Amino acid sequence: MAEELLQTQAEVDEGNDTSTILEIHNLNFSYGGNLALKDINMKVYRNRITALIGPSGCGKSTFLRCLNRMNDLIPGTRVEGKVLLNGKNIYDRDIDPVRLRRSVGMVFQQPNPFPKSIYENVAYGPKMYGVRDRIALRKIAQKSLQQAALWEEVDGRLQSGALSLSGGQQQRLCIARTIAVEPEIILMDEPASALDPIATMKIEELMRHLAETYTIVIVTHNMQQASRVSDYTAFFMMDENRSGYLVEYGKTQDIFIQPQNKQTEDYISGRFG
Amino acid sequence: MIGYTRRQARTEITRKAVLEAAGDNILKETVKGHLFTGLCVAATLFGIVSLAALLVYVFWDAVGWLDWQFITSTPSRFAEKAGVYPMIVGSTFVVSLVALFSLPLGVGAAVWLEEYSRDNWLKRGIEMNIANLAGVPSIVYGLLGLGFFVSTLGMPHGIVLVGAFTLTLRVLPIVIVSSQEAIRAVPDSHRHASLGLGTTKWQMIRTVVLPESIPGIMTGTILALANAIGETAPLIMIGAATSIFTAPKGIFSSFSALPLQIYAWSDFPKQEFQHGVTPAAIIVLLVILLSMNGIAIYIRHRFRTKKS
Repeated sequence: MAEELLQTQAEVDEGNDTSTILEIHNLNFSYGGNLALKDINMKVYRNRITALIGPSGCGKSTFLRCLNRMNDLIPGTRVEGKVLLNGKNIYDRDIDPVRLRRSVGMVFQQPNPFPKSIYENVAYGPKMYGVRDRIALRKIAQKSLQQAALWEEVDGRLQSGALSLSGGQQQRLCIARTIAVEPEIILMDEPASALDPIATMKIEELMRHLAETYTIVIVTHNMQQASRVSDYTAFFMMDENRSGYLVEYGKTQDIFIQPQNKQTEDYISGRFG
Repeated sequence: MIGYTRRQARTEITRKAVLEAAGDNILKETVKGHLFTGLCVAATLFGIVSLAALLVYVFWDAVGWLDWQFITSTPSRFAEKAGVYPMIVGSTFVVSLVALFSLPLGVGAAVWLEEYSRDNWLKRGIEMNIANLAGVPSIVYGLLGLGFFVSTLGMPHGIVLVGAFTLTLRVLPIVIVSSQEAIRAVPDSHRHASLGLGTTKWQMIRTVVLPESIPGIMTGTILALANAIGETAPLIMIGAATSIFTAPKGIFSSFSALPLQIYAWSDFPKQEFQHGVTPAAIIVLLVILLSMNGIAIYIRHRFRTKKS
């Protein structure tokens, strides 16, 4: 099985025109003694969108949270293996998860703006990093909101409450808040699952733009979304012990047009999941 | 159509049977519903009417006695000259100190319990203890204050500081529990949003948890303080004066509080005290209480409108 994966990896690398930003080696993740992720090996490429798909409970969100150590917040979790960010294992002892999360940002499933003003939401990260200069903060806020394609809708009412925005706007605000601190990687955990089709479309367009500057890893339930938006797709499944594992990983077009694995084919053609 | 299946036949039979056995009970059930509503209204009215009657009775007696002279004078043997000034100062002074002590202690404990401590037997033990302490009769806290602050630490009887310490112990469990509830009401998604941006735990608590829980914390604290201002038993235990002629000048001064004075006056044989001065002092206490509740409502409202 490991050999098979290595082969796949070589195939993925072949014809790739960008460098690797994340390398995951033999990642195991257990929660309260239960193995939730089993022997994950994959690479994430710089300035590309990598989609994680698979049925509910296959561990794709858990895997995503391993990449910025958000799982550390849950007591009773254990990680084995390596996640190399630019060649450095993020689970090494000398890595501070706080510092890690400054370069690996996250957008959550439910839009979760703070109950503060729009401006305060976007300026939050920079302020926490110690930026005091008001003019600088304002510039960062404007730039981030523009990048998140929200500026035109909120220009002139930055002081009004973030909760007065629609769901789709709130999610783009959360994206603006994340990019305001200039992370290298943005993790997105089903960012559009709580949104209507039009808001979803906007988020997808936005992701294409963001990929020019950032590396994006997105978990999605929606296979059409994965095929529309991503460059690479990883298909996860769970085994009989409910441990998630990586079935197949490759360029999105390969995964969707000619999957190597029978399970991938079945899932993509909608035979289960 | 092949015809009636057995299952269809069975369903038809049951439906008939149910209708025949039950008859039409809608009218009966509607009447029952009205009766129940009536009972609920009666229960509500009982509370409101008796409270209103009490207030009217007290107000009626206080009329003519409650004036500026009453608020600015010291107690006296003569009803016309009697006033509650030293007690107003004493009560306000003590309760302000209680706020000063109980807020940082209570919020600190609540933050530790909710944000830092692991969920283990120690935490559960502490929480159970705090919940039980909130229900301990206040006179027990008076005993504790007397035994600890006066007898053990050797502080003088009946001074402002001892009163404030004792009442702080009394309200602390309430402040902790209500602060915990306010902190727990902050959604985890907000904590994760902050931590996901690379903030430290303390930054997250300072900028997300505390600002969002302040309305709840303040409401709980002020209601607890309103409780404290009405306390009588623990203050008697630590030897506070029931009546005093000078307002306390510092934390080491002797003091008396409004409820103590009310208790003392209610025992006076003269009609003017029982049906004039005492009700007037009660009204003063009520006004202080209600204004504290008003502040609590104001704070909650202000923070709520700021949010959206």
